[in-house]
Amino acid sequence: MTIPYAFAVPARLVHLSGVDVVIIAFYFALVLAIGFYLRGRANTGEDFFMAGREMTAWVAGLSFLSANLGALELMGWAGSAYQYGIMATHWYWIGAIPAMLFLALVMMPFYYISKTHSVPGYLKLRFGEPARAVSAVSFAFMTVLMSGVNMFAMAKVMQIVLGWDINFSIWVSSLTVAVYVTLGGLRSAIFNEVLQFFLIWAGALLIPILGLYEAHGWANLKLQIAARASEQYVHMWSGLGSFTNNPMGINWAGIVFGLAAVISMGYWTTDFLVVQRILAAKDIRSAEMAPIIGAGFKMFVPLIVILPGLLGLAVLPMKLVPESVAAVTGAHSYNDVLPLMLARYCGPGLLGLGITALIAGFMSGMAGNVSAFTTVWTYDIYRPLINSKGTDHHYVNMGRWTTVIGVLISVGTAYLVMQFASIMDYVQALFSFFIAPLFGTVILGMLWKRATGAGGFLGLLCGTLSSISMWAWVKADPSALRYVALSPNAKALAQDMFQALWSFLVCVIVTVVVSLATKPKTDAELTGLVYGLTPVPSIGNIPVYQKPIFWAGVVGVVFFVLNIIFW
Amino acid sequence: MVSIWFFIGISLLVNGVLICCAGIYEYWHPPAQQIVLYNLHAGIWWGALMALVGAVYCYYFKPGRKNV
Repeated sequence: MTIPYAFAVPARLVHLSGVDVVIIAFYFALVLAIGFYLRGRANTGEDFFMAGREMTAWVAGLSFLSANLGALELMGWAGSAYQYGIMATHWYWIGAIPAMLFLALVMMPFYYISKTHSVPGYLKLRFGEPARAVSAVSFAFMTVLMSGVNMFAMAKVMQIVLGWDINFSIWVSSLTVAVYVTLGGLRSAIFNEVLQFFLIWAGALLIPILGLYEAHGWANLKLQIAARASEQYVHMWSGLGSFTNNPMGINWAGIVFGLAAVISMGYWTTDFLVVQRILAAKDIRSAEMAPIIGAGFKMFVPLIVILPGLLGLAVLPMKLVPESVAAVTGAHSYNDVLPLMLARYCGPGLLGLGITALIAGFMSGMAGNVSAFTTVWTYDIYRPLINSKGTDHHYVNMGRWTTVIGVLISVGTAYLVMQFASIMDYVQALFSFFIAPLFGTVILGMLWKRATGAGGFLGLLCGTLSSISMWAWVKADPSALRYVALSPNAKALAQDMFQALWSFLVCVIVTVVVSLATKPKTDAELTGLVYGLTPVPSIGNIPVYQKPIFWAGVVGVVFFVLNIIFW
Repeated sequence: MVSIWFFIGISLLVNGVLICCAGIYEYWHPPAQQIVLYNLHAGIWWGALMALVGAVYCYYFKPGRKNV
C-alpha cells in the first residue's frame, strides 16, 4: 500500500520571516506584471507562438537554458549528486554540451530556414503528416507529464521547507503560470525564463560559496566525501570501466553512447520545449549563437546544483535516504538536499531569495512545457487534424484556451506523479520513450536525402514502441535488466541509457530499410530541409570573434579541460 | 517596449535592498537560533552586490534608452 505523501513528511525546515514573504510576493507580482505588460503584444499567431521571432541571441540562449532549469535540475540533480556523487555532472557536460554545439552548428540552419513553428512541423515538411502526428501526440503527452513533475516538485519543496499545503502550492503556481502565458504567449514565457535565470543564480550561488568555506575548500571536501561515502564519489570517469566500480551502476559505454550520443542529442536538438526558444531568434546568427551561449552557462550550472549535493554529503549531520524510504519513515530524502542546504546557510532575506529561486526554477520549467504544448497542440494537432480553415485570430484564441487546459491537465498529472518512487527515474524513462527515436528520425531526415516519408514514420513508431516495450519488460521482470543494459549489475539509470540507445538504433534501422524499399522525394521537394540540398544563408562578413564557430570552439575547449580536471 | 534587462534590474535591485537591509537588522539584533556561518553576515554583502548589479541594469536599460 502506498502511503499518501502528505502524511509522511517531516516537520517543516524553516519559518519565513516578513522580509522573506515580501521577496516571494514581489516575485509573483513581477511575473504577473510582465504577463500583463506583454498582453498587447501577443495578438497574432507569430507573436503568441513564436514571440515574433525577434529575440536576440542572449535572450534566446538564456531562455533556452532556463526552460531546462526546472524541478528536475534544481532538486532532482542535487539529490542525484548526493546519491551518486560527482558523476551526476555527466548530465551537464558530456550529456549536454556536445549536443548543444551540434544543434547550433549543424541542425539549427535547417530548423531556421524551413521557418517551421515546431519540431513536429519540421517532420511534416520532411516526412509528411503521419510522422508529424506521431511526434506531436507523443510530445504533447510528454510535456504535460513533465509539467506535472514540475508542479509536484514545487509543491513538495513548499511542504518540506515551509509546511505549506501541497494542494495550495500546486494551484497557486499553476494559476500564475496560466495567467502569464495566456496573456503574453511565448514572449511572456521567454521574458520570465530570463528573469528566472538571474533569480536562480542569485538565490542559489551562495550555497556553494558558503559550503566550500565551511568545508575548507575543494580539496578538503573531497577528503570528507571519500571518508563518509566513497573515493569514487569525486571522480567522473575513472570508475566507469565497469558497472560495479561506481555508485551509479553504469559503464562508460552507457554514458558515451546512451547519454551523450542519443539521449542528450535527442533532448537538446529535438525536444521542442527547448528548441522553441531558439526558433524565436531574430536571425540565423542569433539562432546559432543562442545554443552556444546556453552551453557556456550550462557548464557552470553544476556549481549551483551538483556542488550543493556533494556538500550535503560532507556537512549535513543526517543521512538522506531514497524517496521510497522517506515516504514511509518521514526522514529526509535525497531530493531534499538542496532545501536542507538552503536552510543551513540562509537567514532572513536570503532564505526568501533562495525559496524564490526554487519557485522560479519550477515555474520556468512548467511555463516552458505549457507554452510548447500549446504550440504543438494548436499547429500540429488541432490545425491539421481538426480545423484547418481557422483564421490566425482563431488559432491565437485556441492557443490561449489550450494554455489553460494544458495547465489543468498538468495539475492532474502532478497528483499522478506522487505515486512514483523517484522523480528522476520517472523523467528519465519518459526521455527514453520519446526523445531517442525522435532524434533518429530528425537526424536522418536532415542528413540523408534518401530517407522517405514511410521510412521516417515507421522508424519513429517502431523506435518509440521498442522503448516502451523494453521498459515494460523490465518492469514486469526486473531480471530482464541484464539483457537491456548488458549487465546484471546495471542500475536504473543504466537501463535508461541503454534503452535509449536500442530504441534509437531500432528507429534508424527501420527508417533505412523502409526508405530503401520506398520511393524517395525529388531533390526539389527537399530543398531547405536536407543537408547538401540547402544553401545556408551567410551570416555576413563579421570578425572571427563574432562567429558562432569561434565561440563553439571556446566552449568545446573549456568542456574538454573540465572533464580532464575532474576525471 | 521595455527591455527584459530592465525587469531583471528591478528584480535584482529590490531584492538586493531587502536582503541587505534584513542582513543589517540581523547584525544589530542577532537571533537566538543562528544559521551556520552566521558570523559571515552573507546577507549584507550578497544583498549589496545584488543591489549594485540591479542598479546598473536599471540605469543602462531604463525605458527610453536603446533596448537590447
